[in-house]
This record gives sequence, C-alpha cells and structure tokens, in this order.
Amino acid sequence: MLEVYGEQISSRLLLGTAQYPSPAIMADAVQASGCEVVTVSLRREMAGNRNGGQFWELIRELGVRVLPNTAGCHSVKEAVTTAQMARELFGTDWIKLEVIGHHDTLQPDVFGLVEAARILSDEGFKVFPYTTDDLVVGERLLGAGCGVLMPWCAPIGSARGPANPEALLAMRAEFSGVPLIVDAGLGRPSHAAMVMELGFDAVLLNTAVAKAGDPAAMAEAFGEAVEAGRKAFLAGLLEPRDMAVPSTPVIGKAVFE
Amino acid sequence: MHVLVRGAGVAGLTLAHELVRAGVRVTVCDTRSGPAGSASWLAGGMLAPWCERESAEEPVLTLGKSAADWWHEALPGHVVRNGTLVVAPARDRAELDRFAARTSGHEWLEGEAVAALEPDLAGRFRRGLFFPGEAHLDPRLALTALVERLRKAGVRFVCEMEVEADRIADCTGMAAADLELRGVRGEMLLLRTKEVRLARPVRLLHPRIPVYIVPRADHHFMVGATMIESDDDGPISARSMMELLNASYSLHPAFAEAKIVETGAGVRPAYPDNLPRVKRTPKGISVNGFYRHGFLLSPAMAREAATLILNECVEVFDEAHG
Repeated sequence: MLEVYGEQISSRLLLGTAQYPSPAIMADAVQASGCEVVTVSLRREMAGNRNGGQFWELIRELGVRVLPNTAGCHSVKEAVTTAQMARELFGTDWIKLEVIGHHDTLQPDVFGLVEAARILSDEGFKVFPYTTDDLVVGERLLGAGCGVLMPWCAPIGSARGPANPEALLAMRAEFSGVPLIVDAGLGRPSHAAMVMELGFDAVLLNTAVAKAGDPAAMAEAFGEAVEAGRKAFLAGLLEPRDMAVPSTPVIGKAVFE
Repeated sequence: MHVLVRGAGVAGLTLAHELVRAGVRVTVCDTRSGPAGSASWLAGGMLAPWCERESAEEPVLTLGKSAADWWHEALPGHVVRNGTLVVAPARDRAELDRFAARTSGHEWLEGEAVAALEPDLAGRFRRGLFFPGEAHLDPRLALTALVERLRKAGVRFVCEMEVEADRIADCTGMAAADLELRGVRGEMLLLRTKEVRLARPVRLLHPRIPVYIVPRADHHFMVGATMIESDDDGPISARSMMELLNASYSLHPAFAEAKIVETGAGVRPAYPDNLPRVKRTPKGISVNGFYRHGFLLSPAMAREAATLILNECVEVFDEAHG
C-alpha cells in the first residue's frame, strides 16, 4: 500500500485526465488501469462552467480520488489562487502544485514552487509538488511542509523516459522515508517499470496513455508495468556485473584461471 | 407529413435538406433570424475525416468520408477538394510521425513537394503529410446558401419555437435539454493578409497547441481552434489569442502583419464519446453532439435521422407485431 498524507492507496499508478480523444475513452482508461487517483487540471476547464460543469460530473462518476493540479500557472500568486479555487470546487485539500518556469519545456520554477508550497502548506493544503530531481530543492520542499515529492524524469510530454537514472537513484537514497512519485516524462510501460525498480513509490502519467492508439489498453499495460516494477524492487534485484557468470556451478569442469 | 426542425445550425439545415428531398413539408425554427451566432458559424469547415481520426474514433472516418460529396451535391461550387497539408516545426517533428501512425489516407512529402503544393511555405518545412482525399468549404457561405436553397424548395423559416407539426426534430445543440451533453469551448480568429496564399487547410502540429489555418475568399484565413472543457461562451482569452497568433506566425512570419478581422468563441455540444447521436424523443427525434465535426458528420446523421422519421410508422408497426 502506498501511503500519502495518511491515505492508503493500493494502485501505484496515477493518471492525468487531459488530451484523451473523449471523456468516455478517458473513463475506460482509468478503469482499465485500476488507478485510484486522477489529476485534473483546473485552470482552463473550470473557468465559467455553469451547473458545476459536465466534465466534472464525468470525472466524479469515475469514483476515484481527484488530485486537482495547478497546470499552466506561471507565478506563485496564480498557483495559490488556483489551489484555493480547487479546494472549494472539489472539496479536497490535496493539490498537485505546478509553478512553470519555462513556457516551452514546462520546466518547474523551483524557487516559486518552494514559496507557493510554503504558503499552501500553511493554509492546510496537502501539497504534491511537481519538481526536478534536484536534492536541495527536494529538501526545501519538505521544509516547506510537503509530505511527498514528485520529480520529473524528463520534460512533460516528452515520452523520453528516465533521462538521468543516477539522479533518481540519488533522490531515492536521500529521501528514504518520503513518498516519491515520478511525474512527467514517461513514454512507455518499460520506463514506468524502470523507475519503480529504482524504488520509487508511484508514477503519474497522462500523455503516454491519452495519446496512445488505444488509451485503455495502454493504461492497462502501464498498470501492469508499475506492478511488475514494484514487485521486482521488493524482491531485490540482481546487480549488473561486468562479465558473464554461469548460473549453474561449474564443479567438475576443468576451468582454471 | 409536416416536420418542425428546431435549430438552424448545420445539424438542422442538413436534416431539413434530407427531409425536403424525401418530399416532406418542413418548417425550420430558431430564436436567431439567421445562421450567425450558432456554433456552426464559427466552424473551420474542414471536411477532413482522415486527419480527425488522429484523435477521434472510427465512426468519424466511416461517417465523414462521404461528407464532401454530400455538400457538393447540395451546394455545387462550395466544396474545394485540395486535400489537407499537415506540417510541424523542426523541433516537433516527432509529432508528425505520431500523427502519421494514428491516421491513414496520407502520403509523406519532402520539402520540395510541400513547396510545390503551397509555394508560400517553400523552405519552411522539410517534411509534411498530405491527405489528398480531404476537402474544405466556407461554413458561412455554405449555411447561407443552404438556407436560400431550402427557402426556394418551400421550407418556411420562423423565429417562434412552438409550431404545430406531426414530428419535431430537435437540433438545438447546447440549447437542448439533454443532460448527457457537455460544452467544449472553442475559440477562433479570422485574419486577413495578402502576403500569404494557401490553397488548402494547413495543420500545424504541436504537442500541446495544435492549430489549423483554413484559407477563405478575399485573403481571409480562419485560425482555430482551442478545445477547452467548459461551457463558457464569453470572449476569447488573451492566452488563447496569443497561442493562435503564435501558431500562425510559426507557419509563416507574414501572419504577423495580418489584420485581425474577427475573434470568435463558442461552445460545441458533445456527448461523452464525442460522437453525435440521433435519439428518439416523445414527439420525434433529436440530433445532437456534433462536437468539432458539424460539417463533417451532419450529412450522415441527417440521412440517418430522416430515415428514422420516415420509417417511424413502419417501425411502430414492427414493434407491435415483432
């Protein structure tokens, strides 16, 4: 079980709800993956909806926990206001905090991120910060009140997979008791399995599933990969060696070096 | 039989046309006096089922393939069959591969072939995808001409919504009392410049903000369209405007000097699967949920709806004896 902010979550896959061909296909993908937490970008979709918004109705009908996010916010003030709106609309104090520093790559502005995380934590929010793999930033975010860290493994939507596995390993080692969720940059189920094998607690993805030819099948594949990676991590992986080693003993054979 | 078609957008007018062809007496009612103001008025007018298949389900292709023929037959001279060109900036070229993998009915073009199709884009794109089977029309000219044609065929257009009729066909889009419908906001620009000429719709791919530019008469270009899960029909946002302009500028820098003739924002009616539906209602049928495919899918849905209305007596008989 994954425990985040005192909540038990059995699926270690979190899905975003944007960019699917239709809400019906998004719902199929969520169900096929077995995921229990979906992120919903608040910024644009909420603006102006009457009757609470039909898109939200469709998401509520999924029966999963909603993690609103501040996608597209470029300043601390914007992110804080969006988070406050989200709390009101969804009745949850969970917030995925994004403060974007670069419009093109969507790289987080880590300075603004720490500042916004502190403000929101002080207001009682449970903050899930979208951050880089920088250890010092991670430390500051924990100091600001975050109980979980969500590092990228490559830029959002890039589908490149872990660009710097060493940095992810270092992060895992540094924050051993903190839930770490890889957010952004995963393109294939094998990428998800890989970060789970490194000991990360969960993964969050959107584009790789939403833009797949068959989003529901891809969501299922990711769900299985996440489970396989987790199982492998718990089972204890064999470390790679520089040379071949026979898997059966060679007694009786004349092998002398 | 006398059918009252409620709603004079593309769904209502195509249905009226199908009914008239079958010899039915039709009255079309709308609270607006003309097609301006409907979601259809803001449409791109692309008849591009192969491209749309990239992010839509198979029926969009199977039902949409015959749309260009339908429009040509209904309104000769309106349909331009020059295909669709899809390009991507060099840094987003992976998007082009992804688009090709998700679609059919296209051919790969090298830089010179792109330039041969669209001379003004020469040297700007090293590769492109060409969808030769696609077409486009000007939605405003087409709607206006269709109204004119229906009038000549004896269809009455009225502004009061309650008219005595044997059957009612509800084609009122977001105004319909249908709880399954949701609104998807779209924003568009109309630009005018003499410095760029395009012979066909061009789609510029981008991981987050894909944009299309459709050429129209008298040096106009329709640039669209945003897709926002909201039923807000207020004015275009600065962010959307910036993104649409930025995309136009990436396609060709001369768009920076274009005049912004018009901005538009409206709400598309959509069902959860983003596919249109013909439903039975107590007094007839409803046709709704065209999402971003009004001109593409309304012909096929109009045929289905007209058949349903015409065969209703037969079906009721079948149900009673089946």
